[in-house]
Amino acid sequence: MSLEFLTPLLVILVVAACTFLTRFLPFALFGGGKEVPALVKTLGDLLPPAVIAILVVYCLKGVSVMVAPHGFPEFIAVAIVALLHIWKRNNLLSIGGGTLVYMVLIQMVFV
Amino acid sequence: MNTTKKKEAFKETLKFAFIQTVPVLFGYVFMGIAFGILLEKAGYNFIWAFFISLIIYAGSMQFVLIGLLGGGMGLLSLIVLTLSVQSRHIFYGLSFIEKFKAMGKWGWYMIFSLTDETYSLLCGMNIPKELNEKQVFFTVAALDQSYWIIGCTLGAVIGSFIGFDTTGIDFAMTALFVVIFIEQWYSYQSHLPALLGTVCGVVSLFIFGPGAFILPALIAAVCLLLIFKNSIKIGENQEVCQ
Repeated sequence: MSLEFLTPLLVILVVAACTFLTRFLPFALFGGGKEVPALVKTLGDLLPPAVIAILVVYCLKGVSVMVAPHGFPEFIAVAIVALLHIWKRNNLLSIGGGTLVYMVLIQMVFV
Repeated sequence: MNTTKKKEAFKETLKFAFIQTVPVLFGYVFMGIAFGILLEKAGYNFIWAFFISLIIYAGSMQFVLIGLLGGGMGLLSLIVLTLSVQSRHIFYGLSFIEKFKAMGKWGWYMIFSLTDETYSLLCGMNIPKELNEKQVFFTVAALDQSYWIIGCTLGAVIGSFIGFDTTGIDFAMTALFVVIFIEQWYSYQSHLPALLGTVCGVVSLFIFGPGAFILPALIAAVCLLLIFKNSIKIGENQEVCQ
């Protein structure tokens, strides 16, 4: 089997195993009616918004403010997603609208 | 119970479960199509889309996964990243420990398939007395995953036929996370976790560069959250499902 097939397969299996682990953890640890440790509860509660913020940074990691177009398409499109979402709170509209604007910006405006 | 009665009961269960899952149907099929198109553009066809949505079955993480399939991220980073992105699931299971355990081997599928959307459906359902609760639970979970698989696979097929220039379509993933960020901003009383995450991400990006910033950022976020946990007002932000 080639590496081109094996690498993605292994990545998928690792992600699948870790995903199942997080779903299985509460059953494995507290199935016997044990008290949930405060530390686990705290992280389960506070970590999600922090992780999502890091993922936003992750998505924009390739943007260079120094080189043209100086990250303008990304920042304009992110602003549009945010405004659309604050306005209508409709996921499809915000994601679809923002993506469309971004595609127009990098294909036609900032070429 | 004889077969006709069983068939009748199953039809009723399926009907009830389907009506409950209609909102998820639209959400999953559309997000699934978006995922499938991006995956196809990254060079992986519909068989990969089918396989991924069958064995991983997670929204945000599947989008992040597209960029990781080519390798390049270390095993440890990959594990820490997945566990962090999915950390909220630790919460969901807590509400269903007894119920899923009582479902025997079907309970394993319930644990596997407990996504954000399925969780919220199971929490909010008023199941009619004449229906079997366990069957309804399982049917809802299985319908939800089938919508996701259909969406993802369909997206990858559509992706291979798209004739116009799709440059920039990968921004859909950025947009998705911006939307989740805003939703969480509204639902959390304290904005400190979101702000800490942003700071950790940006600072780590400047120090370690695009290729290696995510693991230090996640570790820093976990440590800072634990240090500041007492000054963060938790309040009534989490959906509590009984």
